[in-house]
Amino acid sequence: MTAHVITSPRFKENAHEAMLSPPLQKAMGNVERNFIERRAQAAANLPEFEALRDAARDIKTHTLKHLDLYLEAYERKVTEAGGHVHWAADADAANKIVLDICRKAGARTVTKGKSMISEEIGLNGFLEANGVTPVETDLGEYIIQLRGEAPSHIIAPAVHVNKEEVEAEFRRVHTHLDPKRDLSEPTSLLAEARGELRQKFLAADVGITGANFLIAETGTSVIVTNEGNGDLTQILPRVHVVIASLEKITPTLEDASQILRVLARSATGQEMSVYTTFSTGPRRPGDPDGPEEYHVVLLDNGRSAMLGTEFEDMLRCIRCGACMNHCPVYHAIGGHAYGWVYPGPMGAVLTPTLIGVEKGGHLPNASTFCGRCESVCPMRIPLPKLMRHWREREFERHLTPPTARWSLKTWAFFATRPRLYRLATRVAMGTLGMLGRGSGRFRSLPLASGWTKYRDMPAPQGSTFQAEWAKRRRAA
Amino acid sequence: MTPTGTGPRVALFVTCLVDLYRPTVGWAAVKLLEDAGCTVEVPAAQTCCGQPAYNSGDKADAKAIAEGVIRAFEGYDFVVAPSGSCAGMIKAHYGELFQDDPNWSPRADALSAKTFELVSFLTDVLGVSAVDARHSGTVTYHDSCSGLRELGIKAQPRALLATVDGLSLRDLPDAEVCCGFGGTFCVKYGEISDKIVSKKTANVALSGADTLLAGDLGCLLNMAGKLKRQGSAVEVRHVAEVLAGMADGPAIGEARKGGKTVA
Ligand code: SF4
Repeated sequence: MTAHVITSPRFKENAHEAMLSPPLQKAMGNVERNFIERRAQAAANLPEFEALRDAARDIKTHTLKHLDLYLEAYERKVTEAGGHVHWAADADAANKIVLDICRKAGARTVTKGKSMISEEIGLNGFLEANGVTPVETDLGEYIIQLRGEAPSHIIAPAVHVNKEEVEAEFRRVHTHLDPKRDLSEPTSLLAEARGELRQKFLAADVGITGANFLIAETGTSVIVTNEGNGDLTQILPRVHVVIASLEKITPTLEDASQILRVLARSATGQEMSVYTTFSTGPRRPGDPDGPEEYHVVLLDNGRSAMLGTEFEDMLRCIRCGACMNHCPVYHAIGGHAYGWVYPGPMGAVLTPTLIGVEKGGHLPNASTFCGRCESVCPMRIPLPKLMRHWREREFERHLTPPTARWSLKTWAFFATRPRLYRLATRVAMGTLGMLGRGSGRFRSLPLASGWTKYRDMPAPQGSTFQAEWAKRRRAA
Repeated sequence: MTPTGTGPRVALFVTCLVDLYRPTVGWAAVKLLEDAGCTVEVPAAQTCCGQPAYNSGDKADAKAIAEGVIRAFEGYDFVVAPSGSCAGMIKAHYGELFQDDPNWSPRADALSAKTFELVSFLTDVLGVSAVDARHSGTVTYHDSCSGLRELGIKAQPRALLATVDGLSLRDLPDAEVCCGFGGTFCVKYGEISDKIVSKKTANVALSGADTLLAGDLGCLLNMAGKLKRQGSAVEVRHVAEVLAGMADGPAIGEARKGGKTVA
């Protein structure tokens, strides 16, 4: 297995299971409270926050318009600094490039900083299958790696796992440690993970990180973390590999620092993440530390095909996670129900482009279009609109379920024929109103079981407003 | 009685849900508009704003329906709907729907510009700052998503409710969080919708109010349906009913008198 299994077609079943899981529900309750409050506070504390969002959007929009130029400039700068840029058209190509680098370096273990691109391409599975052991060094990623899971949140990959489950996992895997040790406190879990990882950092031959930004002006890759694990991952091993998708390009350091001002605030409510680390090329003579080799694997995997389409806006995404933190559907079902690596509203737009709308089709449909995601997205990505574009494509391709299609067509038939509509609705509402008169509601209704399974259906009052209005006009 | 008033000629877009489900809301809207001096008319050629088709990806039908709306309503000074969702559809989405159509695009934009949701029209356009109504009891108000985020409706209904005699307004925790209705979403993803609306009804209970109000009938049907299924005594009404002093009939999902639930 080289990639995460796609279960997006089973979205409804996944969601059903998630809603029956008390620990998951508890974890989602924390997301709902903490992330939202912290972001709101951070936004309120910075008067220019809304203006910064506009600036951040404009920077990315401009960059995407001239992406080819900035990519070339970036490659030139990386090369000048002594690094290597590798272009990967898809996941397979990227995996092979990374493996090749590992093999040339004679690597048996590689340490990894948190990278969603690595999840997207299924890098861990691929490396393992080829004799290279990847070790995740971000605590959340480490936990889900042990559990063999995909992340359930893009910035808090193990947000669905509770303390007891982490303890059980550590006891299962860290068998060389004293079985009677006390792991009841989060700090003891953290200390144990640190201890385990310390050895791995020193033993690793290659360190792989993602990138939050790739700076065209300088050829620099930038990562932001809260644990500092990214720094150790890229400094200690002999070889540093950055894997990032094309749209991470940002023209200048100044541009990146503008976007950084909205990134952490939107994500965790911090003004800045604890570590913001810049790396440019391999170690130069006289540098106190740094890798001997520096590689960047630039992944396309469908991005360039989004340029110039209605989905181009999605390429502004900086993976802050605010959209899922504020999503009522995500709160109800968690990230794994979405069935692949990108959950929530951003996943609902991005996943169909990456795995195909045939498999990912539920995702853009499973939204109430409440618009809260768009209202907090620092890059002002019109997420509901993009989900609607997917629905349009599904409708055009007849992927919409036949019953839904039929109902829509029937409704449209009447809605474009006002006289017929008035007649039909008067009769229908008269009947329903009469049937429901006793209680004012229905506990079950044929054809509406999707509604009445969970709630009563209030009965209509019985006549239509238009009929009543016509009566008033006649009486006048 | 003929439509009266010396103010603007307002076409009431009553919305399909109010038309079919709860004519009282339409009458409440008429009263509020007439009290504010408007001449209210109800174009007979109205049906639906096209949002169900639009949000289901059926753009062709959405356009066909929207063309009917434009034709029926473009001759008035203003178009007012007792729904943030339908007003939002016309105001925020008709432009996009017709953006590649040089014939319809200007007509769509012109209609968008003069379309408003009822309560915000009263306050923001007509300058209404108080209503002549009585309602004894404690009420709480849910912010429906489209009205809140597409049209910026938040303070307006609360300001007018504060002028209703005898009414005390309670805060609804998480009032800005979606109720889980989402149009066809509530049926297509019924179980998720149920989870979301259950959080809403728990918050309604926390508010301690005896009446729940909102400005969109879709959300109201959803929340009322859940509250009634849970056996809650909280009454659910459209905000216009209370503002117009027309909240004396049965609330949404309530029997006229002494009825029982149809199994
Ligand atoms: S879509 Fe917007 S809110 Fe969601 S992760 Fe991307 S940048 Fe953040």
